Parts: sequence; structure tokens; C-alpha cells
Amino acid sequence: MSDTTTADELRLTFPLTDLDALRELRAGQTLRIDGHVIGIRDATQIAMFDRGEKPAMDLTGAVLIHTAPNVRKLGSGRYEKVCIGTTTSARMNRFTRGLMEQYGVRAIIGKGGLLADSLPVLREFGGVYLAITGGAAALETTQIEEVEEVEFEELMPECLWKFRVRDFGPLVVAMDSHGESLYETVTAGARAKLEELVARL
Amino acid sequence: MNADIYDAVEEAAKQLYIRALKVLPPDLKEALARARASETDESGRRFLDIMLENIAVAERDENLVCQDTGTVVFWLEVGDECAFNLARVTAAVRKGTERATVEHPLRPNAVHPLTRKNTMTNTGRHLPAMHYEFVPAAGAAGGSGASGGDPAADAVNGPALPGEQAPPDGLKLHCLPKGSGSENMSFLKMLIPADGVAGVKRFILECIVEAGPKPCPPTIVGVGLGGTADLCAALAKRAVLRPLGTHNDDPVVAALEDELLAAANELGIGPMGLGGRTTVLGVNIEHAHTHITQNPVAVNLQCWAARRASAVVTAAGDVTYGF
Repeated sequence: MSDTTTADELRLTFPLTDLDALRELRAGQTLRIDGHVIGIRDATQIAMFDRGEKPAMDLTGAVLIHTAPNVRKLGSGRYEKVCIGTTTSARMNRFTRGLMEQYGVRAIIGKGGLLADSLPVLREFGGVYLAITGGAAALETTQIEEVEEVEFEELMPECLWKFRVRDFGPLVVAMDSHGESLYETVTAGARAKLEELVARL
Repeated sequence: MNADIYDAVEEAAKQLYIRALKVLPPDLKEALARARASETDESGRRFLDIMLENIAVAERDENLVCQDTGTVVFWLEVGDECAFNLARVTAAVRKGTERATVEHPLRPNAVHPLTRKNTMTNTGRHLPAMHYEFVPAAGAAGGSGASGGDPAADAVNGPALPGEQAPPDGLKLHCLPKGSGSENMSFLKMLIPADGVAGVKRFILECIVEAGPKPCPPTIVGVGLGGTADLCAALAKRAVLRPLGTHNDDPVVAALEDELLAAANELGIGPMGLGGRTTVLGVNIEHAHTHITQNPVAVNLQCWAARRASAVVTAAGDVTYGF
């Protein structure tokens, strides 16, 4: 259990059995995750959506994490964790609809946010975007129990990874299925402040 | 000079890459702790707490602070009587980078820009990115004196990077594994003289807003001013190597560093871009003289997990590690 665990955190287990389970979540809430988290990255999604390569892994009700891990190879298709963290999500924004519509994904963990045009997709499918602390990979690694499966090994390190996690987080609901993005609010404030600063400096 | 010197450089390069990824510099840790103490936003405080906890976990577990092992950049400061063969030093640095990647193991990031084929070694054509600068002997500015008594204009280089200096007969290696989240937030604009200093200030602040949450704020804002497009961008990267709390030696530039630091922290972007007063930890500016028609500005943002490590290598092959 992390030192930063607090009482107001929700807990969720993935994969979800009820695909509408996340519709109640609201931007600003904090949660931790148990169960399985699926690692995915730029090259993985380019393979899945631009080249039509379908993974065997079932992503129904899954939570994904934008990552390419540091791993040590143990044997054929078997890896152990070295250091696993999270990458910038905005690069992978255009895959949000495909993941939710074609694969049944309901939550994406990342840093820096998806773009505003993913909000209608989250609304349609009852999805959420969960912000983790970017760069805090040493801590994240302690919350990952095992690397259970890997697909698209030829894309190493940008494979599709199945991690078993415990107390994974804290994660902040940064974009919800009600049209709210904390990033949009902060950015709007920063743009207004920028004009004020430029006029003053 | 025997071959062992180059073995020492290779080993130092390997160690520097791994050390940089695992232990953050003291100036950075202190800046994050100060930011935590003064942050008023609840979300901001929470993210800063996790960043500080993560630094401690990385040191405890001897693990990497961040999973992104970066694009490897080496900055070499070469003493004015250095007898090393720099071609062999370069080869040794490359070999050390490859060994760190394979032996640790570290995530391999280097791909061909068109085929996207990964070399699996974190090295490749032009990688690691290598920069070289030469440290003039003490007391010798190195310039011609032709610029009418302005010592800053006469100096071949700006001052050496802070910390222990490269020995005259040796060199100092700086390793900067640059994470892609922040490196993707790099900007260059060829402003014109009529844009003035006001244009420079606006552009730098616009870059911070444009980058928003993506470079893992609070960031260090590396700025290059002047020179040519290539030199300006390189100076922005050099600025990121300067410890927090240090200033440009030119008081006019140093004042701009302080002014922009205060302004950036009014933007409200905050830790991880989810709000707060801690948007940047420092603004470091490096400058060069430029053309009468030019006013170039480059911005190279560095994430809060601002990894850097250095080593001084003497002519005898003795290595001293630092940040």
C-alpha cells in the first residue's frame, strides 16, 4: 500500500463485467485498480487499426495503459518487469473510438490527456480517461505483480502487454463520460492568463 | 596514451546512462520539495507527493525513475590540453550506451525515421547525439579582442557548465537521456528584430501553454536565444543541463530567466497539467550572438524527472561521477 493512499479513493477491478459500470464516474474522482491492465502503445495501435492486425487477447471491459515497458526476457514469450511506466496519450488520440467501439475497451490510463474530440466517444460508450503521475514508473512498477501475456512481440517494446496489478494508482478521472475534461478547464485558464501576462510583461 | 583510457570512457558512459536514469540530481529534488511546500492546489500537492515518493522508491529499489530511457544525448567538455583522440572517445561513448542498454537491460528506443525499425541498442545513425565544446585555459578568454572591449562577446564559448570542471588534460562527460514526452515539446521560431524582447517572452510562454500537460510538468524550460537555427536549438538543450538555481552569467539574460519563471508559474497549468501554481521549476537561458536580421528562439522542455549525470575523466583514466 502506497504512502499516498487516501480514504476517498474508489476501487475498481478490471476487466469489467458490466460495460456501463464507469458511467457514474465523474472528473476529479480518485481511484485504484486491481485485476488486469493491458499495455498498449503507438505501434501496437497502428498495427491493429491501420494494418488490421487483430490481437487474440480479449479487450472487452478492459482498462488500457499507454506504455512500453522495460522488461527482461526469460524465455519464449515470457518476460519479467524491470521498469514500467506511462507515456503521453495525445499521440494515440485517434484510436479512442476504435478501441471502444470495436474492442469494448472502457478505460484508458495515460498522462497528458486525450484530446477534446475523444469526449463524445467516452460519452457514447461510457468510457473514462484516467490520469496517472507521468514519470513515476519506479512506484508504478511496485504495483504490477506480473507480466502475464504478450502479443505483437515483433513490435518490441511496443507490444500488447497483459499486466496483473494490485493497488494500481492513484488515478484521477481526468475525462469522464459526461463531457468533462479537467485538461480543457486548465488549458482554458492558462490561455486567458497568457494574454494577461503578455500585455503586462 | 594507452587503450585503457578509452575503456574507462566506455565504462563511464555506460555507468552515466544508468546512473542518470536512477538517481535524480540534488538541485532537482530540492526544487520539487520546495514546490510541494508552496503548492496550494490539492491536485498539485498530490502529484508532487507521488513524484517525491517515486524518487525515493527508485533509489530504494535501484530502479529507473521513469520508464522512458530516452534519446541519449552526451555533452562533452574538452580540456584545452586534452590528449584524448576524440574519434575514439566518441566510439567509446557509443559502445558504453549499447552495453548499458543490453546489459541492464534498458528499453531500446532508437528507430529508423521511415521504416521505424528498432536498433535495440539505443544507438544508431547520429545516436547518441553528441555535442562537443572546448574549455579555454584559465585566464584565457580565447577571443581576438576585436569586438571593442566586450569580454562576453570576445569569449569563444560561454562559461563552462557549473560543477566540477573538466581538467585541462582530460574531459567531462554529461549524459542527458531525454524523455520523448518532453522532447516532443520542442519549439523553434525564427522571430525577427521587430518582434523584440516582447516577442521572445510571448513565444516562450506560448510554448509552455501549448505543451500543457504533455511534457510532465513541472518542467525545466530550456531556452536558446540567438545564433542560427541549429545553434539556437542546441543552446536550448544545453540550458537543460544547467542545475536549477543557476543563472546565465549575463545579467540581462539572467533577469529574463527570473521574469519568465515568475510569469510561467501564474499560468495555473500545475503538476501533470491538472492545475496548480507549480508549472515550471526553472527557466534556463543560453544565448549566442546572432545576425542583424534575426531573433531566433528555441524552447526545449524538460520533464520533472529531469535526468542528468556527469563524469570527469582525467588523462590517467580516473573517473569521478557527479550530476
